[in-house]
Amino acid sequence: MATEHSKSSARLMIAPAVFVLLVWMLVPLCMTLYFSFADYRPMRGTFDAWIGFGNYASFLTSSSFLSSVMVTLQMVAGILLITIGGGVALALLLDQPMFGQGIVRILVIAPFFVMPTVSALVWKNMFFNVDNGLFSYLWKFFGAQPYDFLSQSPLLSIVVIVAWQWLPFATLILLTAVQSLSSEQLEAAEMDGAPGYSRFWYIILPHLSRAITVVILIQTIFLLSIFAEIFVTTNGAFGTRTLTYLVYQRVLESQNIGLGSAGGIVAVILANVVAIFLMRIVGKNLDT
Amino acid sequence: MGRITLDKVQKKFGEVEVIPPLDLTIEDGEFVVFVGPSGCGKSTLLRLIAGLEDVSGGEIRIDGKPATDLPPAKRGLAMVFQSYALYPHMSVRKNIAFPMKMAGMDQAEQDRRIAKAAEALNLTDYLDRRPGQLSGGQRQRVAIGRAIVREPAAFLFDEPLSNLDAALRVGMRMEISELHSTLKTTMVYVTHDQVEAMTMADKIVVLRAGNIEQVGSPLELYKAPRNTFVAGFIGSPKMNLLTGAIADKHNATTIGIRPEHLDVVESGGTFTGRVGVAEHLGSDTFFHVHIPEMSEPMTVRAGGEVGLRHGDTIHLEPRAEHIHRFDAQGLRIA
Ligand SMILES: Nc1ncnc2c1ncn2[C@@H]1O[C@H](COP(=O)(O)OP(=O)(O)OP(=O)(O)O)[C@@H](O)[C@H]1O
Ligand SMILES: [Mg+2]
Repeated sequence: MATEHSKSSARLMIAPAVFVLLVWMLVPLCMTLYFSFADYRPMRGTFDAWIGFGNYASFLTSSSFLSSVMVTLQMVAGILLITIGGGVALALLLDQPMFGQGIVRILVIAPFFVMPTVSALVWKNMFFNVDNGLFSYLWKFFGAQPYDFLSQSPLLSIVVIVAWQWLPFATLILLTAVQSLSSEQLEAAEMDGAPGYSRFWYIILPHLSRAITVVILIQTIFLLSIFAEIFVTTNGAFGTRTLTYLVYQRVLESQNIGLGSAGGIVAVILANVVAIFLMRIVGKNLDT
Repeated sequence: MGRITLDKVQKKFGEVEVIPPLDLTIEDGEFVVFVGPSGCGKSTLLRLIAGLEDVSGGEIRIDGKPATDLPPAKRGLAMVFQSYALYPHMSVRKNIAFPMKMAGMDQAEQDRRIAKAAEALNLTDYLDRRPGQLSGGQRQRVAIGRAIVREPAAFLFDEPLSNLDAALRVGMRMEISELHSTLKTTMVYVTHDQVEAMTMADKIVVLRAGNIEQVGSPLELYKAPRNTFVAGFIGSPKMNLLTGAIADKHNATTIGIRPEHLDVVESGGTFTGRVGVAEHLGSDTFFHVHIPEMSEPMTVRAGGEVGLRHGDTIHLEPRAEHIHRFDAQGLRIA
């Protein structure tokens, strides 16, 4: 792919794909942009095509906006913490030679194949349920009062559900990174007198840093738009209303399409800010 | 101090016995080279000494103290790996400092030793670079630097020069020999290159399939190989091993004549043949001579100015005092 000729023919060949993708993205984005400047409430039959920045002003100044941003950040941070920590631990475990390695690896990946709605329902009804949930039985077994996860610590509950879903992804990427570490480096460190935790801290973790940044980047982009898990469990109540969920409520529950669109655009801008910020970090990490 | 004793050391991977029980003593300050063909267990033996593999039987003693069950770090040995095994995310300085940091040495002493090692290995200008920004030879020196700052009882090298080009290899060979003569620390060096073995070693250990075939100084091995395997392995180009009628004449099953112990004569001579490939090295010329009654061509070393060409007839006369005789088991007949 080095010559001028091959470059231009390559451009020509990817042009249709780029075009389709562009249309696919641009049309909804433009429509959202258009509605965000309109006062559009279909239930009341209101439609005023241009009201300026009114929607933005009311979305940004409402008290729910700031709290939803905070909730989103807390949720993403919590999930990242669990998936990265757990992912590193699982990757190191799975790298050890053990009986039934193939089956164990497939089992670890399994949660990734479960649909978000389904996994949220499973967690809600089989684990967190106060009367019949497995955790309640566990609590009772130890003589404790069953704990109502979803209403007592709803944010944590959702974090646990989503982290459970994303753990396989993190584990898988980190496992390949662990496997690419040359055993001679670890042996050299062993000869240099580094005990297990030092080998982890000075050799394994730096080796994993790239993979960790990639996991953070990809997960953050997907996690900013968590929806199904909140919808199924708390419906955005008890301080679990993320930015995405707030937009949904504005559009569907309040039937205010203009306000919701403005919120959507704000969310897109914020997500891009986060993405650019993360890209910078990744870029820096991938360079060295 | 670095006297290493292997007592009936044995290694099995599952059912496969890679090293049958083996005895060996490496004296303090000695430069010992393990040579042998690929897969004969050189690396395994070195890793057993290092503690990176557990022995399946027998005992290892370092300075008389049992070390069989000691973890690698406690044996006081330093190892230089074939792939260098530098830590890619640390600067050269940090790489060299790592073993000292792990030992909890104070900073001033660390700096002093790093400076001294960098000086000795010509690394002073590269201390703040990452390994990825160094050439192969420089990386090799960093790996050696990381080993010497620990002031170990013995150094273990596993084919440290095999990733370098020929010119650099000769240079590094000298540097390692130089290092040995200044440090006077025991060194155990694994290679499959018999030239490295001959030039560097105080003592060569020739291995085949995990067995020690012969131990001795390079000249002992050259002059009196204990069997046909060692005879064929030590020396470059290889010794000519002849069987059949010519061997019978010397009351042996096999006789060995080194290329350098065959004289080209005008006429007559024990062997008469046709010149095949001729390798002109300037100082020497190696002829591969096809002799009708022998299946393999014979190698002859002649001076640089011998005017023989491909297809010419050549007459050869071995020097009688340099003929090695071996019996039916391949063992040397004194
Ligand atoms: N972890 C292992 N499991 C099973 N067999 C092994 C293992 N490591 C080495 N071997 C076997 O032991 C034998 C000796 O291996 P070793 O690496 O010591 O050879 P070597 O003499 O260093 O060869 P080379 O010159 O190619 O490096 C080989 O036949 C190899 O297949
Ligand atoms: Mg080897």
